[in-house]
Amino acid sequence: MGIIKVKDLIFEYIRRDEEGNVEGITKAVDDVSLDIKQGDFVSILGHNGSGKSTLAKHLNAILYPTEGTVWVDGKDTKEDAHLWEIRQTAGMVFQNPDNQIIGQVVEEDVGFGPENIGIPTDEIWERVEESLKAVGMYSFRKFSPNKLSGGQKQRVSIAGVIAMHPKCIVLDEPTAMLDPKGRKEVIRAVRALNDVEKITIILITHYMEEVIYSDRVYVMDKGQVMLQGTPREVFSQVERLKELRLDVPQVTLLAHELRQEGVALPEGILTKEEFREAFDRCVRERQETNC
Amino acid sequence: MLRDITLGQYYQTDSVIHRLDPRVKLAATVLFIISLFVFDGIAGYVVAAVFLAIVIRLSRVPFRFMVKGMKAIIFLLLITVLFNLFLTPGEPLVSLWRLTITREGVRLAVFLAIRLCFLIIGSSVMTLTTTPNQLTDGMERLLRPLRRIRVPVHEVAMMMSIALRFIPILMEETDKIMKAQMARCADFESGNVIKKAKSLVPLLVPLFISAFRRANDLAMAMEARCYRGGDNRTKMKPLHYARRDYIAYAFVIGYLAAGIAAGRLLAVFL
Repeated sequence: MGIIKVKDLIFEYIRRDEEGNVEGITKAVDDVSLDIKQGDFVSILGHNGSGKSTLAKHLNAILYPTEGTVWVDGKDTKEDAHLWEIRQTAGMVFQNPDNQIIGQVVEEDVGFGPENIGIPTDEIWERVEESLKAVGMYSFRKFSPNKLSGGQKQRVSIAGVIAMHPKCIVLDEPTAMLDPKGRKEVIRAVRALNDVEKITIILITHYMEEVIYSDRVYVMDKGQVMLQGTPREVFSQVERLKELRLDVPQVTLLAHELRQEGVALPEGILTKEEFREAFDRCVRERQETNC
Repeated sequence: MLRDITLGQYYQTDSVIHRLDPRVKLAATVLFIISLFVFDGIAGYVVAAVFLAIVIRLSRVPFRFMVKGMKAIIFLLLITVLFNLFLTPGEPLVSLWRLTITREGVRLAVFLAIRLCFLIIGSSVMTLTTTPNQLTDGMERLLRPLRRIRVPVHEVAMMMSIALRFIPILMEETDKIMKAQMARCADFESGNVIKKAKSLVPLLVPLFISAFRRANDLAMAMEARCYRGGDNRTKMKPLHYARRDYIAYAFVIGYLAAGIAAGRLLAVFL
């Protein structure tokens, strides 16, 4: 069993009208099963309302399944006795950087998690230092969070989670409120954590460019997992993704359109470098056949 | 523009007073305020003035910053002084039309003015040399015994520090909402007080809604980071008394003794 295992998860919430009468039941997550290996970088894609955030909140025991089971590091999230261990194992970074920073100084905010789990003072300082260094925010440790940019704030939030020494970090649209520069900063920090510290990453997003580095991609729609596989496998299905109201990375789209026009490019090109290489090869082959 | 407002009125320098434990400063301020009302006579106030002067000198905060705090209460000060001056019964000194100034009135008015001024300056010294964070920390520690009678001391301190963190964010948000509404011809400036107050309603509603949404997000983020109240919590920056803190306590007690003694001595000699 992997670090996170989700089996037949269903989450329902009851819609009520203004008087509080039940209007109907919405299945936000509908029969989802996942198995995530320790050390993997997993992305969950989906447009608004696809249930991806609801799924994320199950991985940190903020929401509990209506049906089915979620195991984090082998522990069932429904059991209250494991609650704090689970939240320590699976850290969570949310969308709005302003609404998750508690401290008035960067270092104090990073220390908040370790304080909560009762780490001795000296060790808190060690952890704060190493976490801030891991996200490249150490030189800002004495700053007020209000003076930082969005990307910097989000990196502080990530440091706050790392300081609790989690095995796995769930990032719920961490870049949705950031500018392109901030998005790059955050994704770089997240990838470094996965590469260097071997922390399992579950990245929830609707930006395609952020997904291409992951080991595995799940695409969600209407609470269900519609597609899954490596980024290359998923992005070769351009038409299917369009049906799910998702874009593919621009390069992939360009390659796809060229292919349809009869250029012999392979499916599932993800980066500019790959595209250039494949395109050059194509041109060369053409020249050779013409000669 | 709103972003630049600093909270509280902390004045950043490095002085002995700045480095004192916040608990010492809180306790000293409370004792100082009490002493102002206990001392009854000119001798006590002289001692208090000397004490204040020494502390201000040590704090290395320019005196004009302390006086700033006085501006806010200047009206209160004037009114109390005038009322005491004219309305205290006793031996008349000067009589103007229906108003009489009495000897007791002058005495009371002068003492009250001194008390109020010293009180404001004394508490300014504390807020100028202590960050809001240290203040909440100090308060949490000092009030800890109240937990026995089920006062949620940790929770209150946590709320205070969260409030301090969110004031600049909400100010910025107010600014944004105001601009968005001004772009749609909302008018916040003209009209009388009532009209102005009314025009604030459409500003406050979205502000409140967003504040509640933020509170919800923050609560979830705190829970995700294993926050479960003050029990079993360790501190990243625990408060420890150093030698200078004990010296400061001794100094404050010395001041109280000197003030009381001065009052007695003066009474004996007169």
